[in-house]
Amino acid sequence: MEKLLKATNVSKSFGPYKALNNISIEVPKGSIFGILGPNGAGKTTFLRIINQITMPDSGEVFLDGKPLAPDDIRHIGYLPEERGLYKTMKVGEQVLYLAQLKGLSKQEAKIRLKYWFDRLEIGDWWDKKIQELSKGMAQKIQFVVTVLHQPKLLIFDEPFSGFDPINANLIKDEILNLRDEGATVIFSTHRMESVEEMCDHIALIHKSNKILDGKLIDIKRAYRSNTYEVGLLTENKEAVNSLIRERFDVSPASFKSINDELQYKIKIPEKASPNELVSFLTSKGQLNHFVEVIPSASDIFIETVKNN
Amino acid sequence: MNHLPLIIKREYINKVRNKSFIIMTFLSPLIMVGIFSLVAYLSQLNNDQVRIVSVLDESGLFLKDFENTSTISYNILDKLSLSEAKQISEESENYGLLYIPNSENLETLAEGVTFYSEDSPSLQIMNEVENVVERKVNSLKLKDAGINSEVIRELHIRVNAHQETFKGQETSKMGSYLKLGFGGVAGYLLFMFIIIYGNMIMRSVIEEKTSRIIEVIISSVKPMKLLLGKIIGTSLAGITQFLAWVILLGVFSIVITGIFGIDPSTVQTPQQEVINQAVDGGTQEIARNVIMEINNLPIVNLTIMFLFFFIGGYLLYASLYAAIGAAVDSETDTQQFMLPIIMPLILAIYVGFFTVIDNPHGTVSQVFSYIPFTSPVVMLMRIPFGVPIWQQIISLIILFATFIGTVWFAAKIYRVGILMYGKKPSYRELIKWLKY
Repeated sequence: MEKLLKATNVSKSFGPYKALNNISIEVPKGSIFGILGPNGAGKTTFLRIINQITMPDSGEVFLDGKPLAPDDIRHIGYLPEERGLYKTMKVGEQVLYLAQLKGLSKQEAKIRLKYWFDRLEIGDWWDKKIQELSKGMAQKIQFVVTVLHQPKLLIFDEPFSGFDPINANLIKDEILNLRDEGATVIFSTHRMESVEEMCDHIALIHKSNKILDGKLIDIKRAYRSNTYEVGLLTENKEAVNSLIRERFDVSPASFKSINDELQYKIKIPEKASPNELVSFLTSKGQLNHFVEVIPSASDIFIETVKNN
Repeated sequence: MNHLPLIIKREYINKVRNKSFIIMTFLSPLIMVGIFSLVAYLSQLNNDQVRIVSVLDESGLFLKDFENTSTISYNILDKLSLSEAKQISEESENYGLLYIPNSENLETLAEGVTFYSEDSPSLQIMNEVENVVERKVNSLKLKDAGINSEVIRELHIRVNAHQETFKGQETSKMGSYLKLGFGGVAGYLLFMFIIIYGNMIMRSVIEEKTSRIIEVIISSVKPMKLLLGKIIGTSLAGITQFLAWVILLGVFSIVITGIFGIDPSTVQTPQQEVINQAVDGGTQEIARNVIMEINNLPIVNLTIMFLFFFIGGYLLYASLYAAIGAAVDSETDTQQFMLPIIMPLILAIYVGFFTVIDNPHGTVSQVFSYIPFTSPVVMLMRIPFGVPIWQQIISLIILFATFIGTVWFAAKIYRVGILMYGKKPSYRELIKWLKY
């Protein structure tokens, strides 16, 4: 798959403190790439390097195969975690100014602004000052500023913080929509459920090092534990219970059910087939529930961070 | 992509449209003219009042010498004892009572002269009264010594030395005051400009930090360009305000003079009095002197150097102000960093107004006109007195070299500082930032 962004061996120190240590990632075109990591891991520093706000001590970043150049800012839209707008400036003027800084002409910017303001239903804010708007409203405008110049690379640092659930959903849909139109998205977040929903690639940064990287689905396969959640309805509960506990690696489970049944999480050996488990279980009772336990992004996050 | 004009335009328009900026632009000259007029009016009121001073002259020597003046009206008391005279003066609410005792000896008479009043009398009144007595006593003493006071007056010759440089250029005391005036105005203007608009730049940097827009902006613009655009935009707004002040001051003075009939120029500042005394000639001669001296001033040199030193000095300090703005989170945190900026400025003004006036080409004046943090103010004050061009150029070179240094320093601090939130940095941390 074609790569839009490539970073090779990027390192950055602030005095004695090493913020990034030999980070390399490849972001495929048209993907949504999640950069995850605990607080202070170096995510924001890395995003700043991609935006040429901070220069790396060593290593290189390529956009579309070419080393990053100052003019590339017009191809990148960045929504930083620490974000804001000029409080005393009017919405319209402000967005026009920021769009012009990204290299749009005033006329072009006006046309696109109208499209976005209509789309997000914020057209009547044009003459309002930012300080008259609520935080969520200002965030919407910030989003428009980020995407207005139709960048091929969109970078969001914690895009959903400060949004209520409705607006967070709205922004999520807009991001997915932009991806479908051809943009590539990098975003960093702590919200694991949005990682599950949106990302197809992730990289995990911990203590300045990249400790995990790849397609989300591949990572999940790698982290699968061959564990199945099981619900078994049987007449002879106690006998079956001891029988199962003897034969398998069992841990308690609890899921919602309308039956009064035995619930387990059963881990089978790596090479074994789940079919054997199923045939054993069906011989002991009625199998109501059988599902593979897929590690969530959150589980993977916590586990890898702990192990490092 | 050329962002600089865009940034300058935004900074300029945003400043000029700001409500407090507009209010200050109109209010400041109004307040200044208002205060001046008030002072003029009050001092007129003050001087209009004629004070009545009673005189009890027991010696009888002074009866013809007390003539009423515009400020004092004398009331000669006769054949009264001192206590009676005191009572009468107090009851008729006189300003005071001058008592001259009777004595054979003029010295003991002079020592016995006493002025009684409600509170301590004004210096002006005392001077006038003492003068009258002193003149009389002196002429009496001269008479005792057998010298006619007329003779003394004729003997007195006023000396008003003509001044000329070795190159044959005519100078005058008037010229020195004019030079002082030109230099002082130029230096003070620069001082005010730096303080007012340097602060404005600092606040505008802090605003971008506190509103958290800075990271959005510098993902599109190099910090150096933003810094430069900010300084230029704010300076243009400052020049606009200064011009508006000059024009409005003129308009308001004319209007107020017209309406109230008060001429603010009648307020005599101490300097003006000194000038008047120093010149002490006919108004025609003053006018001739002024024109001659203005012609003698190195106008071209002064104008060109004013521009260079003004720009250099302002930019030097403006970049430091911007660096401070970038280093802190809020205006209250700026205090500890302000001192090192304000100190050399104030020092420059003091050196300018004391040392340069005393001796424009003395060692102290010379040294301070080379130190880049004081040179703009001090050199501007020295130039009217004639500074060799090579000295001016060396000073300018030092100034601009230092300016490049401070901009480098400021840009470093700025680049790191604008992305630092939270705690207030110490000087040690600032030095660490230079290495990032």
